[in-house]
This record gives sequence, structure tokens and C-alpha cells, in this order.
Amino acid sequence: AFFWLVSLLLASLIWFVSVRLSDREDAKLQYGLLLFGAAVSVLLQEAFRFAYFKLLKKADEGLATISEDGRSPISLRQMAYVSGLSFGIISGIFSVINILADSIGPGIVGIHGDSPYYFITSAFLTMALVLLHTFWGVIFFDACEKRRYWCLGLVVASHLLTSGLTFLNPWYEASLVPIFIITLCTGLWAFVTAGGSFHNVLKCLSCK
Amino acid sequence: MITFMNNSDSEEEPCNERTSLMSAESPPVPSYQDGLQASEAGEAQAHRKRRTGSSRSPNNIADGDTSDSGVPARESALENEEEELTLKYGAKHVIMLFVPVTLCMIVVVATIKSVRFYTEKNGQLIYTPFSEDTPSVGQRLLNSVLNTIIMISVIVVMTVFLVLLYKYRCYKFIHGWLILSSLMLLFLFTYIYLGEVLKTYNVAMDYPTLFLVIWNFGAVGMICIHWKGPLQLQQAYLIMISALMALVFIKYLPEWSAWVILGAISIYDLMAVLCPKGPLRMLVETAQERNEPIFPALIYSSAMMWTVGMAKPDTAARGASQQTWDAAEDGRENHRSPLHADSEMSNTRSPGPTRPITSFEEPEEEERGVKLGLGDFIFYSVLVGKAAATASGDWNTTLACFVAILIGLCLTLLLLAVFKKALPALPISITFGLVFYFSTDNLVRPFMDTLAFHQLYI
Repeated sequence: AFFWLVSLLLASLIWFVSVRLSDREDAKLQYGLLLFGAAVSVLLQEAFRFAYFKLLKKADEGLATISEDGRSPISLRQMAYVSGLSFGIISGIFSVINILADSIGPGIVGIHGDSPYYFITSAFLTMALVLLHTFWGVIFFDACEKRRYWCLGLVVASHLLTSGLTFLNPWYEASLVPIFIITLCTGLWAFVTAGGSFHNVLKCLSCK
Repeated sequence: MITFMNNSDSEEEPCNERTSLMSAESPPVPSYQDGLQASEAGEAQAHRKRRTGSSRSPNNIADGDTSDSGVPARESALENEEEELTLKYGAKHVIMLFVPVTLCMIVVVATIKSVRFYTEKNGQLIYTPFSEDTPSVGQRLLNSVLNTIIMISVIVVMTVFLVLLYKYRCYKFIHGWLILSSLMLLFLFTYIYLGEVLKTYNVAMDYPTLFLVIWNFGAVGMICIHWKGPLQLQQAYLIMISALMALVFIKYLPEWSAWVILGAISIYDLMAVLCPKGPLRMLVETAQERNEPIFPALIYSSAMMWTVGMAKPDTAARGASQQTWDAAEDGRENHRSPLHADSEMSNTRSPGPTRPITSFEEPEEEERGVKLGLGDFIFYSVLVGKAAATASGDWNTTLACFVAILIGLCLTLLLLAVFKKALPALPISITFGLVFYFSTDNLVRPFMDTLAFHQLYI
């Protein structure tokens, strides 16, 4: 979570500086800058995820050397899951908590012509994003571990794609549906990466 | 008095240093004044509660008398195991500290967000005489710096006073001071708090009920904190009084002064704990030399000694009470050689050596806990509470400060495990907290707001 926050900080610094240096009145330019800021933020998030991976790897080695049987008590997969989850949680919270706080107060949604489904779609999008971060975390760490760089590239690309799709709001059919499809696919991919398979699921369901 | 006596049994702790755990305690700054000035004393006390975590490690003891017994040979062999234990218990204790700090912050933030009273400006403390309602920015800055200087010098004076009292063994005075201050916190501030909460939710309560509730709350609190009580209840009370104190600070400190004070206090903490002549360090060392626990009611400890339950006839005589409370303290005291026996304390120490070692093995693991000074709780909560109160109604800033403080605490505990001596817990956390507050408020907020406006996600 801390790492995600730092990445967010840097990204907003860049955006802020770029806004200050630009023309305030030009709406198109501002929108473009926003796009740019969001893209930079995504890239920075992934960079910090990588940095976090490096840090955890070091800690893992340290733990392994001092443990009794030479293996660390927490597996890298667990760390990947936890790191993805915490990235997701902090990202989700930052995206949604102000909306939630406002939703408690009085008001009418979409009175100025925006979509009246703002709250519910925000909720769904946040949920998708949290899940996605978790899945990306698992895939990312695994890819770094096995040095499959194309996986890494795919993760970053899908993050950029997701973020880009949200730019299509409020055309919710175009943004929400693809994002959920991406979430499902990434989920399956992460499941397979973490070692799951159809057999495992069956075994689990039949409570063997 | 009761609390001091206990635990000199630290010496019986076998010399193998499994005590790598950090008991954090930072030399308490507590200077309790007598309740002359009504509310000011309360504030003063608050400073007293500043303590930072420090750990006492068995080794750092300057006295080398412990090292004689062939420990070196053992140590090399046990080092590895110790390190592992250190890390294992270290992680556990980090979590054990996260929970109370989080709880304290949650209470403070919840109160700030719901009860209007604590965000209204109703005057200032006597410690911050300069007002911030000035026309120019420079003047305001100057006033806040002056306020800070006054506040910090009050704290320094009080700390030095307390250390002197401790050095010259005026225990009764200190104890009386502590009791008076906790009395005031538990009764007066709770009364005000309860009154404001009832006002906010428009709930009527008659005076007899109010009296009964506050009397019970305060009386049980006094007993729990200064005498014996279930560990969790005591921890809960300590959290509550830290939260109350933090709320008072948030209400009465003007804005810019609060931030400058937070910064200055972490610098002061750093110096007071690490400099050789720093008052807090002297306090810790004196307490270590005399094998006594630092004052009760000023430190939050996360574990307790289990030996109470063990059938130890000689120690049982001492009164299980002290044990429950100061459990961790003893653990930390790590054995010292009897050379340092204080005459007053010797009586408690005598049963020590007769204690069978075997019964020690098991509880040893449990008793290590980490200790964090209440002042740290207070200042962390002040930071987060101020963020909640003044950050233009934004929850992101509050959350960012919260994460920053916890990470700072983690790092401090890590350093504690590495250095194994008393460390100040304020500087790292407060620095992170301040950096994150200002940057989130000014940089991240507009960014996130603009994104949320267009419903964009990153």
C-alpha cells in the first residue's frame, strides 16, 4: 500500500506540474493532460510493483537463510497475492471513499446531465479494479520469478487498457463490460499461474 | 510504591539472550505537575506521556557484568537462533502494536468527523499564546514558530524536572503527579467528551446516570492503569486516554502551530533519546541500572508476564498485581547482576534467584512484548486527526497519513530489532506522516478529484 501511495504521489506531482505549466482554459488540453497523467500513473504503479517485488525477494532470501529448514515461512506466491491485494485495496479505497462519503449526504445524482448510475457503476468498477490488481500481482510476481518478460508486458498492457477503457465512461456498455471480461480472463490466468487447474477445483469441491 | 517494586526479578532471567525483543520505550517525558492549573496541567501531562519506543536489549547494557558467565561461547552458537526468533517475534510484535495505534487513530478520526466540538476554535492553550489570526502570512508563520518554541521548552523543562525527580528518588512525588494527571484525564476530559457526544447525537442523559457512568469508568480506569487489571482492559484504557488527550490537542492547537509542533517534537525526540546527555536517555538508563520499570500509566505494553499463573510461592508473595501490569517491563529488564541492587528494591529481588529456571522456559516466550510510550500514540493520533479535520473534508489524506504512520512504525520497530536499544518512535513516522499529508493534500487531491469527476480509474 505504501508503495502504491508513493507511486500515486509521484504521478500526481507530474500531473500537477504539467497542469501548472499549461494553459488552464483549454479544456481539450486539460483532458489530454489528464490522459497523460493517468498513463504515467499506471506506468509508475507497475514500476513500483516491480520495486516491491525486488524488495520482497531480498526479504525472502533473508528469511530463508535464517530459518530452520532453509525455506522461508512465506512462499513467494503468498507474498504475490498479498502485495496484489494491498495494491488493490489502497487503489480501490482511494478511488471510492470520497464517493462513498458524498453518497451519505444529500443530493441528486446526475442532476447536471451526467449519468444517474454514477454510484453503482463506480462501485462495480472499483470492485473490478481491486480484483484486477490482485490478479496482476500474482501474475506479475510469477512472471518476474520465471523471467517471462512477455507476461510482464501483457500485465502492463492490460492495466493500461483497463485504465483507458474507463475513459469511455459514461458510455458504460463500452467500458464496464470489457473491463469485466478482462477481469475474468486475468483471473483465470492468475489461477492457472498460481498452480490451479480444473482438477484442483474438482478436488476442492468434492472435499477430498 | 507498588509499581516500582516489582520487578527486579529481571535478573533471574537466564542470560541467554532471547530477549532480543523490543520493548520499546522511550524515555518518558512525563512530567506531571500537580493539578494546579486545571486544564493546562492536563495538557502538560500530555507531553509527559511522550514516550517513544525503545527497546532494551540485553546487550546494550553498559555493565559488563552479565557477560562473564561463559556467554560468549554460547552466544555464537545461539546467535542464529536468536536472530530468527528476533524476526519471528519482531513481526508478531509489530502487529501487536499496529492494532492499538490503529484503534486510537480510528477513535480520534471518528470523533473528529462526527462531533463538531473538536473542530471549533474556542480559544487556545496557555502554552501557545500567539494567535494565528494575523493578516499576513509571514506574521502567521512567525507566531506559529514562537508557539512551537514555547511549547517545546515547556516540554523540555518538564522532562528535565521529571528526570531529576527520578534520579533523586522522589518516587512519591512522581507517583502522586501521575495519579493526579490520570485522574483529571479520566474524569474531567471524559465528562467533556461524553457531553459533546451526547450533544451531537441529541441524546438526553440525566445527571445521576452521567455521574454513575463517569464514576465507574474513571474508578476502574484508575485501578487498571495504576494497579492491577486485565491486560486488555488496561490497554483499552490507555488507548482511550491517549485518544482523549489527542482530541484536546487537536482542538486547542492552532493549525500551523500544530504542524510545526509535530515537526519540532520529532526532532526533539530524536535528540532526547539518542544524545548521550539527553534527558530521556538518562531516564531509561537510570531505570535500567536500578532494574526498575519506568512509570506505569505512561507506557503501553503489548504483552504480559505469565509467571503470575505459575505456582511460585516466593514470587506470589510479591503480589501478582505488579506482575500483571509490568510484566513486559520485567522481561525487558533483562537480568542484571545483583551488583546494581538498590536497597529499596532488594527485597523484591531476593525471591528471584530461588525461582526455578524450568518454569521459566515456557512463559519466556510469552512475556516479551513491545512497549510504546503513550506520547507516541498521542502524537500519531494528533497528526491523523488534524489531517481529518483540516484536509478539506477529504478522506484520502487521512488514509494516506495513516498508512504513512504505520509504515514509519514498522521501520522503527525494524530498527529496534537491529539496534536493540531505546529508540525514538516519533521521528520516522511523523516525518512520513507530514510528507504524505502535505503532498496528498496539495498534489494528489486535485488529481484524484479530477479523475473522479470524469469517472476515470487508474
